[in-house]
Amino acid sequence: MPASFFDVDGTLVRTNLLHPTVFYLANQPNPLRSLGALARAAAGAPRMALAEMLDRRRFNELLFAAYEGISQDRLLLLADEAFDSVVKRALYPGARDLVQRCRAEGHEVILVSGALDFLMERLARHLGATGHISNRLEFKDGYATGKLLRPIVAGPEKARLVREWAKAHGQDLADCFAYSDSYSDVPMLSVVGHPCVVNPDLRLTKLARTYAWPVIHLGDRPKVARLLERMP
Amino acid sequence: MSITSLPPSSELAPRARSRGTHPLVVTLDKRSAPRAVFSGDQLLEVDLPAGTRCIYPRPPMAALKDVEAAIRYALNHPLNSDPLHAKLRPGMKVVIAMDDISLPLPPMRRPDVRERVLTVVLEMLADHGVEDVEIVIATSIHRRMTAEEVRHVVGDRIFKAYWPDRLYNHDAEDPKGMKLVGTTDHGEVVELNRKAVESDLLVYVNLNLVPMDGGHKSVAVGLCGYKSLRAHHNPHTMRDCWSYMDPSSSALATSVERMGRLVEKTLDVFHIETTVNNRMFDRPLEFLHRNEDDWTGAERAAFKALAFTLSKVPQPARQAVFQRVPSPYGVTGVFAGECEAVHQKTLERCYAQYLVPVQGQADILVAGIPYISPYNVNAYLNPLLVQVMAQGYLFNLYKGQPLVRKGGTMIVFHPCSDVFDKEHHAPYIEFVHDVLPQTRDAVEMHKKFEERFATNPAYIEMYRKGHAYHPAHPFYMWYWGEAGRQHLGRVIVVGADNDYIPKLLGYETARSLPEALAMASDGRRDPEITMLHIPPITMAEVSA
Repeated sequence: MPASFFDVDGTLVRTNLLHPTVFYLANQPNPLRSLGALARAAAGAPRMALAEMLDRRRFNELLFAAYEGISQDRLLLLADEAFDSVVKRALYPGARDLVQRCRAEGHEVILVSGALDFLMERLARHLGATGHISNRLEFKDGYATGKLLRPIVAGPEKARLVREWAKAHGQDLADCFAYSDSYSDVPMLSVVGHPCVVNPDLRLTKLARTYAWPVIHLGDRPKVARLLERMP
Repeated sequence: MSITSLPPSSELAPRARSRGTHPLVVTLDKRSAPRAVFSGDQLLEVDLPAGTRCIYPRPPMAALKDVEAAIRYALNHPLNSDPLHAKLRPGMKVVIAMDDISLPLPPMRRPDVRERVLTVVLEMLADHGVEDVEIVIATSIHRRMTAEEVRHVVGDRIFKAYWPDRLYNHDAEDPKGMKLVGTTDHGEVVELNRKAVESDLLVYVNLNLVPMDGGHKSVAVGLCGYKSLRAHHNPHTMRDCWSYMDPSSSALATSVERMGRLVEKTLDVFHIETTVNNRMFDRPLEFLHRNEDDWTGAERAAFKALAFTLSKVPQPARQAVFQRVPSPYGVTGVFAGECEAVHQKTLERCYAQYLVPVQGQADILVAGIPYISPYNVNAYLNPLLVQVMAQGYLFNLYKGQPLVRKGGTMIVFHPCSDVFDKEHHAPYIEFVHDVLPQTRDAVEMHKKFEERFATNPAYIEMYRKGHAYHPAHPFYMWYWGEAGRQHLGRVIVVGADNDYIPKLLGYETARSLPEALAMASDGRRDPEITMLHIPPITMAEVSA
């Protein structure tokens, strides 16, 4: 039984890691703390934008630093609401169908995401996926330290984690599928026998065309991508 | 590419033998002009040895003068059925299914005959108080038509009124959109579009280009899915076909007929079939239909100018030019009513347009492969489709005996470029570059790879939501060439721009036609050579 590995942000949902973070920062115990947390996050935005361009892993570390000081109870208490109001409503039409199709073909469906585990657990349940590989916050005395536990799920590390998962579950990666919207996931796409790009940007579209990877669109496809696809 | 001169050789000595008695079967002599052939989207002139038979298409049949009147007459005087108006009652649910853009080739100049039929049918439905009407494009596992393609076929008025909620492409992979009709006594599963099955009346609007279209194939294939197609689109059935273009000798047609009869027993289906003539080229290029010896000086100059221009412009520009020129087909017949009675009339009209009587088979069949096939409308004719055109369509353009003897050679012209439309033919790429290097054996690939492709969720998503062919389709394209592959000894391609694609297809390559003929004659002094002069479409009725 092959496995299908799905990136989440931009692939199955139109949101990214920022959206649930903003939700949590905006839902602090009091408005003042929310305002402070949001202001600090806004101040760090340029650094995060730079990190996003240079190193996806570094971006994750900077982003999740914003969670420092939030209690574990609060994170879990708000998880259902964060899932419903941020993640679930941002699901691409057809995302659930695609996951269900994979399940119907007997695939194990694993979400591989830089998002936090308690949100991915809910998403996996909602989509009917069989598991997830996601980031975990470090907690000390019941409060988030703002650091992530290793391994950090991002970029090339996703490829290593997928390999590891396949090995542990007796899967031949040549039979497995991977889906992503992001150029930073090319390593993950490259380790499976059946890579597929979803809602790709121009850069990934060009790569997919070069390697004749299937391209699917769960959201609206940009005009440039459409034009590029029509070229022989 | 140098394929215009044929050096005299002892093996290919000119002969003066008159074999063809029909005026469209021309035996070339030493003074004959070079013949025009398509090599993809280029035109070439080739010299064939004296004694070569060249089979030309019949001139286009006269088109009906008043198509609307013919449609109304057919609906009101159907064959073996009540008139359409007598089947209608207010409040009923009607589904109209229609052929997709794979027919005709190239697409028909507007108004497409389907628009004309739909206009009359929809008016009649409205007049009888039928409001619950949906139009399904019977794509089976072909790619979905784009909105612009649909608009071209149905016209602006119908498009605006029905697209996309009540005019849409069939989706053979929608788990909720298919419904089991039953199983034939041969175990063939008939599963069709749910909306069509659950309608009170199904009206099928067909455009019949060649004899393998229409009849039971319209509903039983056009509205089915992979489960049903597997019954006949497999190497075993394809090997049992004598000619795809002669339903009476095609195991494929026989299987489809069984399934279709089951459909007709279960559903109320009213068939409307239309035939068109073979006027593929409009006036400036009309001379391409005719014997090159009969061309005027101006026509010869026009051909040379066109061939020169095509050789100088880049491929995408050539493709764009050909794709933008629809054909001025004329409608030659409209028949309506019960499936088999209607299709009998359609076949008669088709054969009247295409069949050219030919006596005796040849050792070598020569044909150019044009830029278009049913599966690459608005896309490039990729290598797998070159194979379909050669061993699938062109080889099968016969009734009676194949044009070429068992074990004979087919020489085709095409660049065989390793080019694919990345969206329409996404699964073809993996097929050509992953499956074909492992095996060309249709039975082995059927057993080993077909299922894996056909259930690939990414390709299925591309078929359902994008514009890709279903992942089982490249396999069917290979099986489509199976009868030709079993019959032919070898295929030699002239003008390929690479060696590896022809090798993958199992073809040999030659740099020129003389070289190909020398290879094909294989030491024999007087091989009998026949050239099929297409397009436009022609079919040989070959007697021994």
